Amino acid sequence: MRGRLDRPGLLFALIGLAGLALPLVQFKPNRIVLGEGLRLPDALSAGLPLALVLAALLLAGCLRWPAAGRLAASLAALVGVVLALGAAANALVPPDNTLARVAPASGFWLLLLAFSLMMADAVARLKPALPVRWMLLAAALVLVGLVLGSGALDGVSVMREYAVRRDSFLREGQAHLFLAFGSLGLALLVGLPLGVAIHQLPAGRRPVLSVLNVLQTIPSLALFGIMIPFFGWIAATVPGAAQAGVSGIGVFPALVALFLYSLLPVVSNTLTGLSGVHPATQEAARGLGLTRAQVLGQVLVPLALPVLLAAVRIVLVQNIGLAVIAGLIGGGGFGTFVFQGLNQTAMDLVLLGALPTIALALVAGVAMDLLVQASARRPKGARP
Amino acid sequence: MIEIRNLSKLYDGVAAVQDVSLTVERGQIAALVGTSGSGKTTLLRMINRLVEPTSGQVLIEGKGTRLLPSHLLRRRIGYAIQGHGLFPHRTVGQNIAIVPRLLGWSAEQIRDRVDELLALFQLDPVAFRDRMPHELSGGQQQRVGVARALAARPDLLLMDEPFGALDPVIRAKAQDDLRQIQRQLGTTLILVTHDMEEAVSLGDRIAVMDKGRLVQYAPPAEILTAPATPFVRDLIGSDQRPFHLLSLTPVHAIATEGKAEGAPLRREATLRDALAECLWSGRDVLPLEGGGVVTLAALRAEAAPLARAAE
Repeated sequence: MRGRLDRPGLLFALIGLAGLALPLVQFKPNRIVLGEGLRLPDALSAGLPLALVLAALLLAGCLRWPAAGRLAASLAALVGVVLALGAAANALVPPDNTLARVAPASGFWLLLLAFSLMMADAVARLKPALPVRWMLLAAALVLVGLVLGSGALDGVSVMREYAVRRDSFLREGQAHLFLAFGSLGLALLVGLPLGVAIHQLPAGRRPVLSVLNVLQTIPSLALFGIMIPFFGWIAATVPGAAQAGVSGIGVFPALVALFLYSLLPVVSNTLTGLSGVHPATQEAARGLGLTRAQVLGQVLVPLALPVLLAAVRIVLVQNIGLAVIAGLIGGGGFGTFVFQGLNQTAMDLVLLGALPTIALALVAGVAMDLLVQASARRPKGARP
Repeated sequence: MIEIRNLSKLYDGVAAVQDVSLTVERGQIAALVGTSGSGKTTLLRMINRLVEPTSGQVLIEGKGTRLLPSHLLRRRIGYAIQGHGLFPHRTVGQNIAIVPRLLGWSAEQIRDRVDELLALFQLDPVAFRDRMPHELSGGQQQRVGVARALAARPDLLLMDEPFGALDPVIRAKAQDDLRQIQRQLGTTLILVTHDMEEAVSLGDRIAVMDKGRLVQYAPPAEILTAPATPFVRDLIGSDQRPFHLLSLTPVHAIATEGKAEGAPLRREATLRDALAECLWSGRDVLPLEGGGVVTLAALRAEAAPLARAAE
């Protein structure tokens, strides 16, 4: 009997069953008060049968069965849970009531977690080829788009916050992407040459890495505390600085902060990647008559590419998350909603900022993982 | 002809190579031997200026090596190292093509040269051209490394412990092949090794290095029979001396008239092979392929340098 038990499945079942026992939604007479929690059977007329089906799936997941079946079951359950949330919102709020809110509650998040883990576990066990994994990522995005676009979730509190902020949501989304990718671009522009330089001049390694290490340990709030007066002073006193975009608050210090936090991963991975190239390969390259630049461009960088892409992955995911703090100093991005929501104690608004941030980071992480793997594979003709 | 004149290299005031002068004739093999830290590799790397000499000069065909930028100099000198140093992200063909490509050969010339070299090193061009280095055995990788060094038809080839990573069986074969190809192409070869046996079997002359100084530079027989210093004698090892000496001469050189029983010996086999066969089969006389014999007495005489010198 023990041999037929699936240990990860056991964990997912525990999480999921806890989710079923906790409230699926929170019903609130208006957006600020704490409401009452409703479990799945109470929130929806078809709630009890759905809860039983989900429980059955979770328990069945404790036994061993093929990964493809687990994938299909967990996907169906995920869609079911999300649609149940939308249906509960529509059912609980009278059509003419614009004040009442139905927000996802702890049970919903746990169910989402349980079935997402089950799905990720199933995908990992299937070991799909790279192209298939790209298609899975695309399919997941399309599915999310379809569910959101269908209007099934329009009654949920977060979507109601979205409905009244559609324009600013798109604007802050763009600002968020600009902050994350802009700081990444700057970090690559400065960090790659810096990494190459300290690889060629070992004497520079300790000082450069020490400074970057110290930068990395400064908390973001403290960094802003330093930058706001500093850049404010520069903008006020240096002619042309304000016109060039330098300011104490806003996008500029946010971009600078993200850039500074990105430097260490970029520089240290560049150094690690270049140092990982076998000494005999470099020795041979020089001995055959490649110039220093040719050794770098034709041997070191191509061989270090997987490690360099890993740095891009780290920085991109890190900056998508960190960019939230830009909202604190007027730098824009999804953080704007998070801090507005915190000020108004409106958790739905916080979620409107947090959920897309998490989604962006997840997608960026998965996509970069796939890129790293593609680059680490042998060039064509290498198949035995 | 390679002329090394008073070459020295100091690191922080300490001499890695001190005042070394030697000449390697065109088409000859010079083996640099010594313990680790003796400066043999530094000396080799100063020839293609991977290490810049502190003083002294290197002349190739009478021209100083400092007249060219160092990377252009290196493209004219073959270079092969231990562990081959093949580019892992390039195919075998692309690896061999590196220097011709740097020199701007046409694609057609390069393709022909790659196939020619693969065939020369007994690797089927069709099967090996597009393989990646990691798909080859150690011996094949080593051959591709040497083929790459020879790609642009250099007159001079430098090798640093080229067979160090190979097991003994493949190693002996690789040495035979190298000598054959070197004779065929007429390339001048300077080779670093810590293995006296390799130096004796490959070198036309052996340069023994100790603590950065050249202590003896002479043909193998002279190194074996008249070591210049106790260091040279220790490096050879007294237990190995007669065998090294016997390995220098082929059997047909001391063959005499006569007939003998048993399986005949190849004419190119060395005296060392003949002695081993005598001991193993308990015979005093061995027949040679194509007639003639070699006797145990003659082998003994050859292995005793003092007796031989007295003749």
